[in-house]
Amino acid sequence: MSDVEIKTLTMNFGPQHPAAHGVLRLVVEMDGEIVERCDPHIGLLHRGTEKLIEYKSYLQAVPYFDRLDYVSPMNQEHAYALAVEKLLGITAPERGQYIRVLFAEITRILNHLLNVTTFAMDTGALTPPLWGFEQRELLMEYYEQVSGSRMHAAYFRPGGVHQDLPDGMLDSMDGWIKQFIPFLKDIEKLLNDNRIFRQRTVDIGVVSAEQALDWGFSGPLIRASGIPWDLRKSQPYDVYDRMDFDIPLGKTGDCFARYLVRIEEMYQSVRIMEQCITALRKVGGPVRVDDRKLSPPRRGEMKGSMEALIHHFKLYTEGYKVPAGETYTAVEAPKGEFGVYLVSDGTNKPYRCKIRAPGFPHLQALEMMTKGHQLADMSANIGSLDIVFGEIDR
Amino acid sequence: MDQPLKELGDHIVQATAGAVTNCSVRLGELMLECPPGKLLALLAFLRDDPKCLFKQLIDICGVDWPEREKRFDVVYNLLSLKNNQRIRIKVMTDESTPVPSAAPVYSAAGWFERETYDLYGVWFSDHPDLRRILTDYGFEGHPLRKDFPLTGFVELRWDDVQKRVVYEPVKLTQEFRRFDFLSPWEGAQQVLPGDEKAQPAAKTS
Repeated sequence: MSDVEIKTLTMNFGPQHPAAHGVLRLVVEMDGEIVERCDPHIGLLHRGTEKLIEYKSYLQAVPYFDRLDYVSPMNQEHAYALAVEKLLGITAPERGQYIRVLFAEITRILNHLLNVTTFAMDTGALTPPLWGFEQRELLMEYYEQVSGSRMHAAYFRPGGVHQDLPDGMLDSMDGWIKQFIPFLKDIEKLLNDNRIFRQRTVDIGVVSAEQALDWGFSGPLIRASGIPWDLRKSQPYDVYDRMDFDIPLGKTGDCFARYLVRIEEMYQSVRIMEQCITALRKVGGPVRVDDRKLSPPRRGEMKGSMEALIHHFKLYTEGYKVPAGETYTAVEAPKGEFGVYLVSDGTNKPYRCKIRAPGFPHLQALEMMTKGHQLADMSANIGSLDIVFGEIDR
Repeated sequence: MDQPLKELGDHIVQATAGAVTNCSVRLGELMLECPPGKLLALLAFLRDDPKCLFKQLIDICGVDWPEREKRFDVVYNLLSLKNNQRIRIKVMTDESTPVPSAAPVYSAAGWFERETYDLYGVWFSDHPDLRRILTDYGFEGHPLRKDFPLTGFVELRWDDVQKRVVYEPVKLTQEFRRFDFLSPWEGAQQVLPGDEKAQPAAKTS
């Protein structure tokens, strides 16, 4: 028998493909069903966010952060708010910090619900997304109640949050938690021992601890590879140091471990939510800094006070000036370490605002994870990476 | 809070013998400056030294200062999981001088450097695959430079006759407006015309 030379086939995957989680274009070289090389082409959703922010005042830049990773908007506002607060040298009042942590955890559940369920859909299960999206809808109602918007909230501002919680919200959240735990157990029942789901995820896309460090992994991905690292524990911001929660760890570093870590993180987020709700019942006071040069006066005040009117006008036209300096501030966003590298030149607009999105290095490692796997495993890998193109393309 | 960072900075300055030109701690963050030629040695030292162990490259980005001769800062953010510390390294360069690629030290550097090249036009020598990453195929210019206009130079639309997307120079129905909101009480030097009394006090040189 003579040797037969097999030519690799170059295939184009996306940018319009339901398993690509957005606008991902992959140029894949295939040897039969085996992936030899895959080159992600990104930037199809590039909107020049960093450039736009350089032309906006510090307050006007907040809504751009909602539109980065549109599945976890508030965590990104959180990073930006903390960065500006660091440069200004202020801290949010206690109640504001509790509200921020409460909503950061709601956002984490929102994100993991979307990821876990659509990941299941990538591997062939249709029920989880239908169930999970109902819960997401309930959570987004809380978003709407505090900020007036279901997704692009612009709720966390430098110096606190925009408004206090409406009456009755904490009770309603208690009710939500009561029905959410059984729901999460149901999702686990659907997937954990599901034969198809396990065949598609166990031992697929294994990332060792060294690889995870080398490729800049963070968040659930680095924890699934067995490295106990969570910024909420190691570099706590706001009131995370007062919260009692555990960090789930994966042992195997494969797609299934990443799924399990995310499920457990949702239980832990619920625990943090409960503690925040208890604390918010006791802690009163303002929700944003009481400095009229930084946060606007109440509407009622503006009707009677000339001073308040001037402050309002100045804050919403000129904005506030931030002392010259630079900072890299990071938070534990649901997808990993979300950081803002902010350079101020002392004016009312950021000189440079680099957004460090966790999905960017994660997607970079896709080739390393997928090489030698079958084509169908690639979509499982993409699903387990939890990528959203709003933050990768920026 | 700053003391351990200062000690770490001193340790790095001494151990690397001249690779670090400036070391400062501001806002609780340690920052080093380094000439491009010694960057790789410094990064490898920071990764492997038992007192540093900055195993993770978090980010590489550029900053543009057009008034400077070496107009670009390339900023590296590193993270040490072991010591729970962050560090920032700055390398200055211009449009033509390449910075050595950090890809041999950190695999994650590849895309971050591609992004910096794409948005600022900073060159990285010995990079495995220095292509544009975020902008369009065939894009010209480097959009995050301060002299690149916010509106860009080209816009694209679907041409129904040619049945393809065509690029055209940007047409703005209203010119791009940029307001200077800086307060006249602190920002602009405003001299009232015909206000002779104010002249001696203002002393405009």
